Amino acid sequence: MAARARPAGPPGEPRRIGYLYVLPAFLVYAAFALYPLLKAVYLSLFDWDGLTVGTWVGLSNYQAVLTDERLRGAFAHALVLMVFFAVIPLVVGLVLASVLHRASVRGLGFFRTVVFLPQVVAMVVIAVAWRRIYAPDGTINSVLTAVGLESWTRGWLGEYAFALPAVGLIGTWFESGLVTVLLLAGMARIPRDLFEAARLDGAGAVREFFAVTLPSVRGEIAVALTLTVIAALKTFDLIYMTTSGGPGYTTTVPSYEVYRQAFELGQVGLACTIGVCLTVVIFAISFVITRVGDRVEG
Amino acid sequence: MNRTRTTLVALIAGAGLALGACAPGSSNDSSGESSGPAPGAVKTDAASLGDVTLTVWDQEVRGGQEKQMATLNADFQKKYPNITIKRVSRSFDDLVKTLRLALTGADAPDVVQANNTRSQMGEFVKAGQLVNLDPYAAAYGWDKRYPQSVRNVASYSPDGKTFGSGSLFGMPQVGEVVGIFYNDAKLKTLGLTPPKTWAEFDAALATAKTKGEVPLVLGNLEKWPAGHVFGVVQGRFTKADEIRKLGFGQPGASWVTPENTKAATTLVSYVDKGYFNAGFNGQDYDPAWQNFSKGQGLFLIAGSWLQADLSAAMKTDVKFMLPPAPEAGGSPVTTGGSGLPFAITQKAKNKDAAAAYVNFITSPEAMKVLADNGNLPVVETAAQKAPDALGTDVFTAFGAVSEDDGLVPYLDWATPTMGDTLGATLQDLLAKKVTPDKALETLQKDYGDFTAQ
Repeated sequence: MAARARPAGPPGEPRRIGYLYVLPAFLVYAAFALYPLLKAVYLSLFDWDGLTVGTWVGLSNYQAVLTDERLRGAFAHALVLMVFFAVIPLVVGLVLASVLHRASVRGLGFFRTVVFLPQVVAMVVIAVAWRRIYAPDGTINSVLTAVGLESWTRGWLGEYAFALPAVGLIGTWFESGLVTVLLLAGMARIPRDLFEAARLDGAGAVREFFAVTLPSVRGEIAVALTLTVIAALKTFDLIYMTTSGGPGYTTTVPSYEVYRQAFELGQVGLACTIGVCLTVVIFAISFVITRVGDRVEG
Repeated sequence: MNRTRTTLVALIAGAGLALGACAPGSSNDSSGESSGPAPGAVKTDAASLGDVTLTVWDQEVRGGQEKQMATLNADFQKKYPNITIKRVSRSFDDLVKTLRLALTGADAPDVVQANNTRSQMGEFVKAGQLVNLDPYAAAYGWDKRYPQSVRNVASYSPDGKTFGSGSLFGMPQVGEVVGIFYNDAKLKTLGLTPPKTWAEFDAALATAKTKGEVPLVLGNLEKWPAGHVFGVVQGRFTKADEIRKLGFGQPGASWVTPENTKAATTLVSYVDKGYFNAGFNGQDYDPAWQNFSKGQGLFLIAGSWLQADLSAAMKTDVKFMLPPAPEAGGSPVTTGGSGLPFAITQKAKNKDAAAAYVNFITSPEAMKVLADNGNLPVVETAAQKAPDALGTDVFTAFGAVSEDDGLVPYLDWATPTMGDTLGATLQDLLAKKVTPDKALETLQKDYGDFTAQ
């Protein structure tokens, strides 16, 4: 209790000075992230066309998002895309990474570059390329025709049942490389003696994967999932460039609705509402992912 | 820890208060109604206006468009050395996205090219950001040179609610018309002549199909292209006035009529008979017409904007015609309109100078400059010399249909949501996900909800 004699708190400068050090970064953060976010929340409470004076409508925009079949559909599509953007790439990434890691292939750098390449190309370019691949006279149909499956050919992006999976598959292709490289980095950190011990205990490749590799890369998995889930939920350019939400409304996503409401229909208030809802969903999902990842690791 | 949280909460609350002070948009000094100068107050002598700088936003960035704009701007400044043009050109997409902000800003441009639609020009008129051009139209004689059907596509009621009539808010330079491109060489090989009636058109489609050709080329991945095909088929059955009301979103018409049902059923029958290329809903628009230019397909229902490219690729093998006259008689009815009209902003410092500029770039001399650079002049079209054979077809067709009052607006102009509704509904209809009746009900709901307001 001798400490009572000194000014309260731990040694060194008073705690409050600490906030002063944070201030410059906080100001930048507040100006470019917090302020726009709060402004969006505020605008979401208005019926506003972006030009004339808005009218206060309270929470009715939020009610519209929850009740409008199309807007709800957009969120459902985003959840489907999550499977293609996050879950499948994770599986593919885990298999690819452990094979590459285990086999210690010659030219690993080369393969790493190849699988990572999609990440470097702009999404718009990717979308245009895949549009060609999916076209009625595109690559996929040519291949199908060549192997005698002509009855399977179709305009992939124009088919009601196939459009969303087709778009999702582009996401799988896009994200798999990122996940693989992340996991490879994680696996490279695993101490060799762990594998050695597992092998001495008689574990095969599969057993080794589940007992050693998987638990060791949980942190990387959490990071990969967070990144890919966010990418899935906020995807806009891909939809805009491939299907414009069609055929019908089968591939609309929240970000696309934000764009449509704000720039095409002049419903800036509703657009802000969708944006805010999307932010909340992204926040909630990534919160869960990091929480689960942290807990298991800790 | 507790203190951190309170500080944060206080900060957030403070920020919230700071931005909660006023309703969005209330800082604009918009009067709510669009007004123009008093009649007789218009000064048409641009040379006497003193030194003026006009900031002009346009989207004439491609080939011939860019050339005509540069030529006209240079000529204008030569004629009126006291007026300087500060030209800002952007792509169409960029213009559409930035105009809204630019008009509300302190440094607004004087003359802008605004899309005819409700979501652009209509909104700007409603917000009182564009100048009513009626007094200028009278002073410069625009109302005599531009036919009613052309002026309509840039007209709104002063409150911005009614589209297609009321006061003039913009002046377009170029015209657009949707018609039928056909592969003339292929038509001859099939032993056919250009169809003069709808029955002949149907017969030509059937002949092409039996001889293994694709009768109709369509790329509908982007959703909107089918709207143009439907517009042409609709002109076969539905009266022009009725289509006009539907297209401008004016009350008093209906989608659910026997005529429109016939149009939708006919379109579906084309699908049933396999007249369209396979997988058209998943086909890109551009590759579709490019395939046509490479010899795939007999007919392509599309707009005059493809003229230059098709002509370059196919030379004299391609021709353009208006759709046959409606079954009920009369002259051909087809979708068409104008390029983006030039409008004067309420914030323009010298509105008379701005009007003089708009007059200059839409004058008879300007129409010649437009034609010389391969554009389709919106008026006095037939008098101009087209760049090539296909161009002559298009010029003739546009001249005829605009003078015979056969131009009807794009159907997606009707309501702010119609572009989307029409695109998705036609995709549904063509994929046979919905029946013609159901599709028309969906369109009627969009149109009806809007006009009931």
